[in-house]
Amino acid sequence: MMLYGLLLAASLSTADGFSLSQSCPPSFELVAGNQCKLVSRYDMYDSLQNKGVGGTQTALPERRDGFSPQQIDLGRYLFFDPLLSGNHQQACASCHQPARGFADGKALSSGANGQLGNRSAPSLWNVGFLKKLFWDGRSDTLEQQALIPMLAEHEMANTPAKLLADLQANNHYPALFRQAFNTDRIELPQVATALAAFQSSLVSLNSRYDHYAHGYHQALTEQEIKGMNVFRSFVARCAECHTPPLFTNQQIAVIGTPEPDGMPFDAGAGVKPGWEKLRGGFKVPTLRNIALTAPYMHSGRFATLGEATEFYSKGRGHAVPANEDLLLHWHIWEPKLTAEEVEQITAFLGSLTDQSLTPQTPKRLPSGLALPSELHTELPPNTATSGATE
Amino acid sequence: MKKTTIALALLLPVAFIAGQYFSGTAQQAPSLAADVSFSGGAAASNNAKKSVIDHGEVGQVHQVKPGQLIMDAVKAAQPGDVIQVFPGDYVETVYIDKDNIRLSGVIIDGKRPRLYGENRLNDAILYSGNNILIENFLITKYKGNGIMGQAGNNFEIRHNIIEDTGVYGIFPQLGINGLVEHNVISGIEDAAIYVGMSDHIHVANNEVFDSVAGIEIENSRHAVVENNFVHNNTGGILAFVTPGLPIKDTVDVIIRNNWISNNNTANFGAPGSMVAGIPAGTGILIMAADEVIIEDNIIIGNKTAGIIITDHQNAPNTTLDPESDPTPDKVMILNNLMYNNGYDTIAEAKVLMATELKQGQPDIIRVGNSNNSCINNPQQYITVGVSKWPACSFTNTDSVLNYLLDEPAAPRTVAAEEKGKYVYLGVCTGCHAYTGRLIGPPVQVIQSLYMDEPQALADYILNPLKKRDDYPAMPKQDYLDAETRLAVAEYMLNVGN
Ligand code: HEC
Ligand code: HEC
Ligand code: HEC
Repeated sequence: MMLYGLLLAASLSTADGFSLSQSCPPSFELVAGNQCKLVSRYDMYDSLQNKGVGGTQTALPERRDGFSPQQIDLGRYLFFDPLLSGNHQQACASCHQPARGFADGKALSSGANGQLGNRSAPSLWNVGFLKKLFWDGRSDTLEQQALIPMLAEHEMANTPAKLLADLQANNHYPALFRQAFNTDRIELPQVATALAAFQSSLVSLNSRYDHYAHGYHQALTEQEIKGMNVFRSFVARCAECHTPPLFTNQQIAVIGTPEPDGMPFDAGAGVKPGWEKLRGGFKVPTLRNIALTAPYMHSGRFATLGEATEFYSKGRGHAVPANEDLLLHWHIWEPKLTAEEVEQITAFLGSLTDQSLTPQTPKRLPSGLALPSELHTELPPNTATSGATE
Repeated sequence: MKKTTIALALLLPVAFIAGQYFSGTAQQAPSLAADVSFSGGAAASNNAKKSVIDHGEVGQVHQVKPGQLIMDAVKAAQPGDVIQVFPGDYVETVYIDKDNIRLSGVIIDGKRPRLYGENRLNDAILYSGNNILIENFLITKYKGNGIMGQAGNNFEIRHNIIEDTGVYGIFPQLGINGLVEHNVISGIEDAAIYVGMSDHIHVANNEVFDSVAGIEIENSRHAVVENNFVHNNTGGILAFVTPGLPIKDTVDVIIRNNWISNNNTANFGAPGSMVAGIPAGTGILIMAADEVIIEDNIIIGNKTAGIIITDHQNAPNTTLDPESDPTPDKVMILNNLMYNNGYDTIAEAKVLMATELKQGQPDIIRVGNSNNSCINNPQQYITVGVSKWPACSFTNTDSVLNYLLDEPAAPRTVAAEEKGKYVYLGVCTGCHAYTGRLIGPPVQVIQSLYMDEPQALADYILNPLKKRDDYPAMPKQDYLDAETRLAVAEYMLNVGN
């Protein structure tokens, strides 16, 4: 088992300035039109109606790719740069930290001004495959999504005018935007595109589970295989919603998880007029790299994977407040998982860890600001590439 | 009626010479017994359907006897192999994440191998591979499903008896081109046979009874359900669109020549399940499915109604899904024999009948919307909600033998070169850049080291030796098979940037 520290800054940045990478990130191929296209071993397979849900050897769903190497690299700088927040204290990466599975390890995130948010920061691994973003699925594209935290009062608390002025006045960003977008004036959509481009490069598909799926059955331990079989069994039914290969079917489901003590009930997708049947509904989250992103659920209510798994076994609707009448999903029932089975599932979920394509954290930022202090943690050991048999 | 599919899929009557499957194996093995019992003779009748790809050559035959684990044989099996399971009890979950496996019970003196879940084990058989054939088992006392497929194509599930086993008896999901034939299934808490999110499916000659739902076709396309004996369930045959699933529609289902009788069993479905809302006494239930043809069924003694057609708005327990169309369109009711249905129908049906000034026992009830549907000879039935439907423009589906694919869904063939590229980009580039140091040395350096020796490179990555003091060790790539290792080596040595 090896330990890799954070990688060195991109080779192309020079002492006096910054320039953007001309090659695609790992797992992306540069094709005509200066576009980076994702390539993965799952390209060997098909899926029913190209939906990207199925079993072990199933193709991935459609993904966002085709951004240029320069846009992706610019997005990387922006993602880590606290210049994007109103008080220059917080970056996207503050709440989506590479060392914590691109989440923040907190139940509820806190914003640039220390304000506590209402939900837990989700992992951004494989976010380029998602058709619906946020826990309640309220956003359809990464571009649309990106502006929301920047401008949200309880998050980065910035304004479009201030953001653009800060970028335009910076020593390096105008030149970098010119490289990426061939433009002299920085505009909000370019910021959004660059952030989307970078996030679409966060790909995790080389876990030990993937080795199993591609046919190398020794990649998983006996315990993990048992866990996989409980996970996909029709007793636990996890795979009916957390469907491979991404471990999400990308649907909204009402499962009735509890809020932390003192937090009001979160109606999720059901706040939209006409969507009352989805009251308490949340997007089924991916479970890739899930071992890295405790605590769990939209509220961060569960500290461990064991607790999150036990939730499903405690009875249909057991945590729904008495004054709520939710249309719970039909797969939420009473599987009565044994303690042993819960452990097996947890072990299996651990085999979904793969950070082999973690992007490089910039050593220096174009803004000249320091990396947010949250980011000075070591990357945990990469458990992906070493076989279970070792 | 848009019926391009009607002309499609004329099955070539492949004479399935059962014995051939085993040619090349020891002659004296009692292995043939399994097939003799299946086909009733040396060869199956020449209308036997097949959905599994016949690769011609037969692999090894693994025999499993009582006291042994079926799973050990599955682990040892290679694609193309046959696993024969002899009569006796087997207490295990069998999972098959491989292609081209035939799991075949051997029946001797009327005794078949029994998969026994002791009310403790989850599912009996789970497969995710393509070309899986499962036959001749007795499955009982599992908590989950009897036989469950997850995205396996070209499956054949036949000749099994499944009793008192959890949620679904047979549940292929997310597969293309599958056959579910000659199974006897009873005592299931949800659907005895449940085809979920699958295309090109044939469900025929099964007996399903004493379950909540007999046969359910859900979010699936191009399915024929024929010649089944469906009795004493809560609901007989269901064609559903369930909202909230990744595949959004059910289109083109033929339900014909089934015997659907006395499906009056009190609903014992799990609370909240889709089937828990089915009124006991439902022969056929169409919910939001499109292009469903109901033809030549015998539908008798179902106390609520022979056929119920509903949209999502009028169905209990359905969630909201803006991406799925809630309306059952183009329902086509041809000739059917319906008798003595609706004799103890639900209050809602009586109210509906009153609005049409009708009395009596309803054979057919339609609630909610339905567009472009039709019915032949409606005067023979007692109906509510279909009096404005015109006659259909055809009388039978004789031209459709089945909707199985002429050519089974072929696995995508991936050239070695492509595999090399997928692994190079998907794995190696995480540590090796073309120029410049990443975690490992640059590809340019590797190219100069290995130039014309891809095999040496392939050997290195299987078991990398520590070479450079200033680099970490490279992890083993032993999860790649030999062909893929060589392919990625060749790709790496030829890549240009
Ligand atoms: C204050 C902490 C915080 C900051 C800063 C932050 N996020 Fe988030 N992020 C969250 C939380 C919390 C959610 C979930 C919110 C919800 O679902 O309502 C989220 C959700 C997301 C999602 C949706 C993921 C999914 O699976 O649906 C994306 C994408 C994302 N953030 C990207 C960004 C980007 C890009 C930035 C910088 C512009 C950023 N975030 C800054 C906390 C933060
Ligand atoms: C009906 C669909 C459904 C089923 C079945 C299901 N889940 Fe979930 N899962 C969800 C939804 C929706 C969420 C988000 C809920 C929330 O935040 O309140 C979730 C969240 C989770 C999370 C937390 C993810 C995170 O990023 O915080 C874990 C872990 C999890 N599920 C594991 C499982 C396991 C294990 C099973 C089987 C025992 C299972 N799920 C079955 C829909 C489902
Ligand atoms: C987790 C990082 C990592 C991955 C993934 C990786 N390598 Fe390496 N590779 C290394 C390191 C580190 C070295 C240097 C090892 C040494 O010198 O001891 C290396 C060295 C090599 C060498 C040089 C051997 C020699 O004789 O000097 C070859 C060839 C090679 N890798 C091929 C590959 C191929 C092909 C793949 C993809 C299947 C791959 N590597 C994936 C890290 C990696």
